[in-house]
Amino acid sequence: MSILINKQTRLLVQGITGNEGLFHTQQMLTYGTKVVAGVTPGKGGEWALGDKVPVFDSCRAAVDATGANVTVIFVPSRGAPDAMFEAADAGIPLIVCITEGVPVQDMMRVREYLDQKKVRLLGPNCPGLLTTGESKVGIIPNDIAIPGNVGVVSRSGTLTYEVLFALKQNQMGVTTCVGIGGDPINGTNFIDCLDLFEADPRTEMIVMIGEIGGSDEEKAAQFIAANMTKPVVSFIAGQTAPPGKRMGHAGAIIEGGAGTAADKVKALEAAGVKVARYPEEIPSLLV
Amino acid sequence: MKLHEYQSKQIFSKYGIPIPKGRAAATATEARQIAEELGGRVVIKSQVLIGGRGKAGGIRVAKSAKEAEEFATQILSMEIKGLPVRKVLVDEAANIDHEIYLGITNDRAARRPVIMASAAGGVEIEEVARTSPEKIIKIHIDPLLGLRDFQARDLAVGIDLPKEYWKQFTEICRGLWRTYVECDATLAEINPLVILKEKHLMALDGKMLVDDNALFRHTDLAEMRDVDEEVYVETEARKYGLSFIKLDGQIGCMVNGAGLAMATMDIVKLFGGEPANFLDIGGGASAEKVAAALRIILSDKNVKAILFNVFGGITRCDEVARGILTALKEVKSNIPMIVRLIGTNADEGRKLLVDAAMITAETLVDAAQKAVAATKTLEAKG
Repeated sequence: MSILINKQTRLLVQGITGNEGLFHTQQMLTYGTKVVAGVTPGKGGEWALGDKVPVFDSCRAAVDATGANVTVIFVPSRGAPDAMFEAADAGIPLIVCITEGVPVQDMMRVREYLDQKKVRLLGPNCPGLLTTGESKVGIIPNDIAIPGNVGVVSRSGTLTYEVLFALKQNQMGVTTCVGIGGDPINGTNFIDCLDLFEADPRTEMIVMIGEIGGSDEEKAAQFIAANMTKPVVSFIAGQTAPPGKRMGHAGAIIEGGAGTAADKVKALEAAGVKVARYPEEIPSLLV
Repeated sequence: MKLHEYQSKQIFSKYGIPIPKGRAAATATEARQIAEELGGRVVIKSQVLIGGRGKAGGIRVAKSAKEAEEFATQILSMEIKGLPVRKVLVDEAANIDHEIYLGITNDRAARRPVIMASAAGGVEIEEVARTSPEKIIKIHIDPLLGLRDFQARDLAVGIDLPKEYWKQFTEICRGLWRTYVECDATLAEINPLVILKEKHLMALDGKMLVDDNALFRHTDLAEMRDVDEEVYVETEARKYGLSFIKLDGQIGCMVNGAGLAMATMDIVKLFGGEPANFLDIGGGASAEKVAAALRIILSDKNVKAILFNVFGGITRCDEVARGILTALKEVKSNIPMIVRLIGTNADEGRKLLVDAAMITAETLVDAAQKAVAATKTLEAKG
């Protein structure tokens, strides 16, 4: 068992013929993901990566021909909102948007439309997700996680890799690792993933990696206290971040004294969550 | 990106929001000329991208053109919270009867825009929010539907605005909504929106923040960026697509990924050091980008050691190593450098750096401790 993706995942890649799209499609195929189709408007009828993946002009055509049930978006930021609208319109129930730098007002419109269509979104500005040994959707490096009983959910990219690597070094394995992305308006959040992990029989404990900005970690803390029976270990990045400055991620900004790391750590600890001081401390807190 | 008051108000005016007559001036002579055109009685307002200008003495009412010149001279020689005043706005003085607050911003938690109004205008809205939140009326806007007139009327009722102003107020709300949407603002704020003794409404002050991610479709707005108001190295970093924030410590950090960059700063601090900067070289960073990043870090004279923490995914460690070597050829430096490369092509990267006399580290803890130790050794040497 796992959450969100598994062996049955039939993946569509939007923006498959770009550099990033091609490179990561190859990586996903190597991992074992069933990549069934790609979309690049104007290149319908061609094949990507030799004869491995058929390319279509639209999501609708790709879904009709291949039964794709998850899509991953590598389209540049100015085209990414349209790609998300198109995927939702074609009835794909899970959209994973890797693209960084999508304007926030576009994201508010996308999220509203997707909610109306009851479509789940992961990202944008995220590394995607990986169910060990079954399927990978996105850009998480192939060899940094081994199968096991830990569920991982994170707002960051490379910091997530750091944590997966630390777990692997300690022979600890993962069920599913989900990168929810670093933008202020995104799709699936911590609570959604915690809820799914709580219900997943194979996941026995959870690592949640947060950062400064917003109040999602505080809300997750409340959710954990009220609903979670499985232990949660956390790490919050940005203890040293100055207020008012955007720390790379559009969502990582301390505004008007809210969204600090100290507040988040306090809320999590009050909910019984062990909070690591640095990423490599996480394995020792998982028991 | 922040816009100045005079820029924000010019934009408001394009969308039909009434603003006072006036212009920006860079010299006192210019300010005098503008004051003469406006009939003498004017307000001289410092244009700096920070709040609290009034309290700092950066806003003065002049009774004549001569006084306008005097005040402009004083204000143009001021620094407000460390920012030198380079421009003043000279606006005709208004006869204020009452001050209102009106603003639109993103409500992150609700994932919607929110329009806010308060009868307690003219003071910082954050202050009102803290002391008497009930005085702020908030209405969320459906991002697919946009602001509707009834919502503007609800706001007017909420702040007890007399009926005679509802029509004007609704038009201003509509204008502010269009400003917010068409400029991809993350904040469009009028504080104060005043009821004049002449019985109409006017935006006396204006503030706008624009989404950096949307500047590709607003080249006109992008040109308004005031680079004089930024830390030079941050402007330089943006040119290379690097995300950089200067801090006051001694350990320079170069990391790929924002979350990992923050975690690296945090661990430096945890082991007794102080980070000199936040720096995310991004995914798939080229050698050229890495070289630029290293030059930027080395331009800070406080830096006593540099910590490289690269987790290769899209980014290839050998490419990063090449960038470091390129930069070191241009900028000679004796500063100790601690390198930790993990992931894609890490071995190739380490091999390239063998001859560069760098300290290598296996784990993040190891890297942070070595960086902190390097600065302490320097201090001991004096």
